[in-house]
Amino acid sequence: MKPIKFSKSPLLSERLPPWRQRLVLVVLLGAFGVLIGRSLYLQGFNNEFLGDKGRARFERVIDISATRGRITDRHGDVLAVSTPVRSIWAIPEDAQLTPAQARNLAALLDLDVRELNRKLGSEADFTYVKRQLPPELAEQVMALKLPGIHQKNEYRRYYPGGEVMAHMLGFTGVEDVGQEGIELAFNGQLAGKPGSRRVIKDRRGNVVEDVESKRPPLEGKDIVLALDSKVQYLAYSYLKQALEQHRAKAGGVVVLDAGSGEILALANLPTYNPNNRVKLVGAQLRNRALTDTFEPGSTLKPFTAALALEQGKVRFDTPIQTAPGKMTIGSATIHDAHMHGTLTVAQVIQKSSNVGAAKLALAMKAEDMWVMFDSLGFGAPLKLGFPGEVGGRLRPVKTWRPIEQATMAYGHGISVTLMQLAQAYLAFARDGDLVPISLARLDVPPQRGRQVFSAQTAREVRSMLEMAVQPGGTAPRAQIAGYRVAGKTGTAHKLEGGAYANKYIAAFVGFAPVSEPRLIVAVMIDEPSAGKYYGGEVAAPVFAQVMAGSLRTLGVAPDAPQKPLLMTGAEPVKEEM
Amino acid sequence: MVRLNFFLILIVLACALSLVSANHRSRKLFTELEAVQKRMRDLDVEWGQLQLEQSTVAAHVRVEKAAREKLGMKQPAPGQIISVEAAPGN
Repeated sequence: MKPIKFSKSPLLSERLPPWRQRLVLVVLLGAFGVLIGRSLYLQGFNNEFLGDKGRARFERVIDISATRGRITDRHGDVLAVSTPVRSIWAIPEDAQLTPAQARNLAALLDLDVRELNRKLGSEADFTYVKRQLPPELAEQVMALKLPGIHQKNEYRRYYPGGEVMAHMLGFTGVEDVGQEGIELAFNGQLAGKPGSRRVIKDRRGNVVEDVESKRPPLEGKDIVLALDSKVQYLAYSYLKQALEQHRAKAGGVVVLDAGSGEILALANLPTYNPNNRVKLVGAQLRNRALTDTFEPGSTLKPFTAALALEQGKVRFDTPIQTAPGKMTIGSATIHDAHMHGTLTVAQVIQKSSNVGAAKLALAMKAEDMWVMFDSLGFGAPLKLGFPGEVGGRLRPVKTWRPIEQATMAYGHGISVTLMQLAQAYLAFARDGDLVPISLARLDVPPQRGRQVFSAQTAREVRSMLEMAVQPGGTAPRAQIAGYRVAGKTGTAHKLEGGAYANKYIAAFVGFAPVSEPRLIVAVMIDEPSAGKYYGGEVAAPVFAQVMAGSLRTLGVAPDAPQKPLLMTGAEPVKEEM
Repeated sequence: MVRLNFFLILIVLACALSLVSANHRSRKLFTELEAVQKRMRDLDVEWGQLQLEQSTVAAHVRVEKAAREKLGMKQPAPGQIISVEAAPGN
């Protein structure tokens, strides 16, 4: 067949119907229109989807962890700090290990192989293999490159002070959230808030550009406590010694700065090691100074005397007849163990006479006593924010009977915490005013607090309390060489099931130096059972040791002439209970 | 006209290249910043650990034990303490 040139093709000479040409044109234009529409839709109206897909290729959101704040004492010594640790976790479904791999892993983690296999054989989607490992060890585990085994950054809290500070600081749980003490009370400030940011990563996983900071991390704030770690150590170690010596069940010591109301030390026994809380029982956890109430006994007598002085019912040297050493009110009788005869108001405090205190109380209105106890802070929690803080018991004045008014004058029928008692003594150590007590270091000490007694009354009570630690008082063992000391003993029967048992609580609260009080130390010892149980024999020596050590540590100038003050062998006057 | 266009193309090209190099430099600086920030975090962690170590080593229990046992120190008796007045101006 002879080739035909295209231009000569007979097909070309045939005219096509014009509609076909137009149809093709319309179809092509239509298709073009659809394409334009689609691209407009994708680029203009619905550009999110593809944009996201694109960004997902190179952008990453990374979490930025925030560290928990440190807790330091007033001098900046670290008491609690978080350091990074790693946790090893697994997706059990993916973690199909050969027996050799499992043995290796178990050996590295110091785990039992069976225990490990049980964890990895569980049905869960996620399981921790071991938590809170040192980072180096976690790196070794990751270097094994086992399937389904991953690591996660976490923080662990360390407490270098150990058991000495345990009750004050409390501790955090494994999730780095405060569970006790300061850690719980100040959790809001200490805890940081983790943030996140969006970045562009390159092929090798390096961050090359910050796209946006979605949420900046909020670092936990450091907390500076009022605590002085040296004073705290003194309080703890002397309390511990006393507890061993007197075979006591428990005890507490509180040291307050009389000038500012700051808590310089708070020690409780029994205690625990916050770094290792494996065998922890409830009794060790209790912050007794704040959560346990006791009948303060004679330590309340100075308040009764102060109110009587304040109201002008008596003067410092008004004689009070305490003979014959007992007194009947209604159906009940109160006793003094020793007959003292006629005592001045000051001697009632010095010798701690129950009858004398009861007589003072009955000369006053019950309402006035209630108002005084209330304004001293008894019966209401201190609101320091500590978990489990209690307010003690101060019954409404309407329910008081005369016998109760009389017993409250010497600290029975009312209950307080050790911290409340220490705070109330601020009124004597200062010029009759109470400042709020503070856990945190104050940069500016409060000038004047709430006036409870007049300055004159406070001064007079101070000298009565100084007499109590001198020969002829209940607590000569509270004396310290070089300093003038004042304080009051307390010995109370313990209430058990509503009746007084033959168990005791020995207490001592006092301050020094008397010429310008700097520190208040309150000591409470629960159930001393090695024979001695009087506050003047059990608690006063602890007071003296803690006070002497603290004054020296703080560099307080001695205010007493150096003379042989210590009455070695002098028996203290037995106080009344 | 052609010359003007050619000139403009050159300018555009130069701008484009400088943009690329500026971007590159910014990324390099950013990487450096990241590295320094990481170092800052690491140092902060190390500081915390050192503080911890310091607190552990300087624990009062330890210091007291060392003072008493190794150095044979003891608390002075009350009569052995002489307080001195600070000189005026101190």
